[in-house]
Amino acid sequence: MTEQLTKKYPYIQFASDRSILIKIGDEISREIHERVLNFFLLIGSAKLSGIQSIHPAYNSILITFDPCIIHPHEISESVKALLTRESSVNIHDPRIIEIPVCYDEEFALDISVVARHNSLTIEQVIQIHSQPEYLVYFLGFSPGFPYMGEMPKEIATPRLQTPRIKVPEGSVAIGGDHTGIYPLSSPGGWNIIGRTPLRLFSPDKEEPTLLKMGDKIKFIPITRKEFEELKN
Amino acid sequence: MPLMKVIKPGFQSTIQDLGRFGFSHLGISASGAADAVSLRIGNLLLGNDQNLSALEMTLIGGEFFFDSETIVAITGSDFRPMVDGNPIPLWTSISVKAGQALQFGMTQAGARCYLCIKGGFEIDNILGSSSTHIIAGIGGYKGRALMKGDEINFAGNNFKNFNSLKIKNEVVAEIMNNQKIFVTNASQTEYFTKETLNLFSSSAYLVSEETNRMGLRLTGPMLTNINNKDIITEGVSLGAIQVSHDGNPIILFVEHQTTGGYPKIANVISAHFHKVGQLRPRDEIRFSFVSIEKAYEMRMHLESLISPMSLASA
Repeated sequence: MTEQLTKKYPYIQFASDRSILIKIGDEISREIHERVLNFFLLIGSAKLSGIQSIHPAYNSILITFDPCIIHPHEISESVKALLTRESSVNIHDPRIIEIPVCYDEEFALDISVVARHNSLTIEQVIQIHSQPEYLVYFLGFSPGFPYMGEMPKEIATPRLQTPRIKVPEGSVAIGGDHTGIYPLSSPGGWNIIGRTPLRLFSPDKEEPTLLKMGDKIKFIPITRKEFEELKN
Repeated sequence: MPLMKVIKPGFQSTIQDLGRFGFSHLGISASGAADAVSLRIGNLLLGNDQNLSALEMTLIGGEFFFDSETIVAITGSDFRPMVDGNPIPLWTSISVKAGQALQFGMTQAGARCYLCIKGGFEIDNILGSSSTHIIAGIGGYKGRALMKGDEINFAGNNFKNFNSLKIKNEVVAEIMNNQKIFVTNASQTEYFTKETLNLFSSSAYLVSEETNRMGLRLTGPMLTNINNKDIITEGVSLGAIQVSHDGNPIILFVEHQTTGGYPKIANVISAHFHKVGQLRPRDEIRFSFVSIEKAYEMRMHLESLISPMSLASA
């Protein structure tokens, strides 16, 4: 059932006997992101029976279903029909979420590495990093983790040679030309340049993640004292 | 309320149900029992809803004290279960008296054994499920594996007219057979050369020591011959067999990361997920490709086994 021959997006294929992958395009771009978001909302609002989860990413959507409720071919036909309708749903204006970040050296274990690598001062790194509005392309990987774009190339820095065994929760980091936030303390190989006092993952809340797909993020530099105040 | 006290926790014992669905777009994988078939059958034996929480033990079982009477069913792999030192059968509903302890030892075959209890454990749902997700630190008992001294409540009941039931031997034999693991194509199967696909389905792979609820790393012939290695990160399915740049396959399992950027050569069929949950380090496995239609047929057959038709008087 792969319709790759036609090279026409979106095309859909089985990813397993209980999941289908919809490919929306073949690159990472804001235009494709908007189509993914549109389809993600469209499929969600169609409330097809038997769907267990819908996972959007840069240029694809993975739909997991329960084959005991709906036959694989039946769901693939239903999804195809939805996609050809191509009706657009109302996408709200993106939220702009301000994320306070303390860039103090106590938290910013690798900020001097980032500065040295790019022949900048630490102040310049902070200034450049907190300048743009970053798009949350989607969440994935681990609970509440945002895939964000696009970081200014002036502060791009290769990942660490040896990943740290434990990166503290809330760490803000740079890996290659990406920036990210660690919602949970976990192993990680990115350069840590600061920490946010906000929790990105709160499982006891009705909306367990601070961020969602399509949000815009703005980093706001804060002092160590403000960090403590916000943390409490 | 009746409670079970952990005297010895075992190697890794967690509270599990059938999983937490609908949150992958927030980066949360479903978790749930590694061998969901054994959990469902244990609940079936007890007249429970199939999704009720049970205790999943891994490789080495624990010891658990009950302060009130109850009925339990032990399913999955044989961890040599005993009540106060006397061996008890698996796949059978058994009454436990107040003040008795259940003991489990080392596995005799597969990786996981389930202790199911009449009415389930009293565990608060987090995002709609009682499953422990160890990586996320949520669900189950305080979001972690059990430790010595933990106390878990369970539903009290009246057990006056208890009739012990068991699962028919031929059903157990069919569920627990660990021959070939069947797979379907995955989203990048066509990226691999024909030779690589043949190598994958004609070779034996060993389950490595780096194996847990997140994934099972395999060792065997390297799958390096790939036409296209560049994948844009996408959502991944339970049972996906992802091949890293060094050519080693890994089976993504119940606590998998929700996205991946490596090509996937195949995906374990849903009728065989429970077999993956029973694999131990150093076990040898072989894969065989089937169609989506065949996988669906096998899943429906498996479902037909998880029914009151499989019960008999013990």
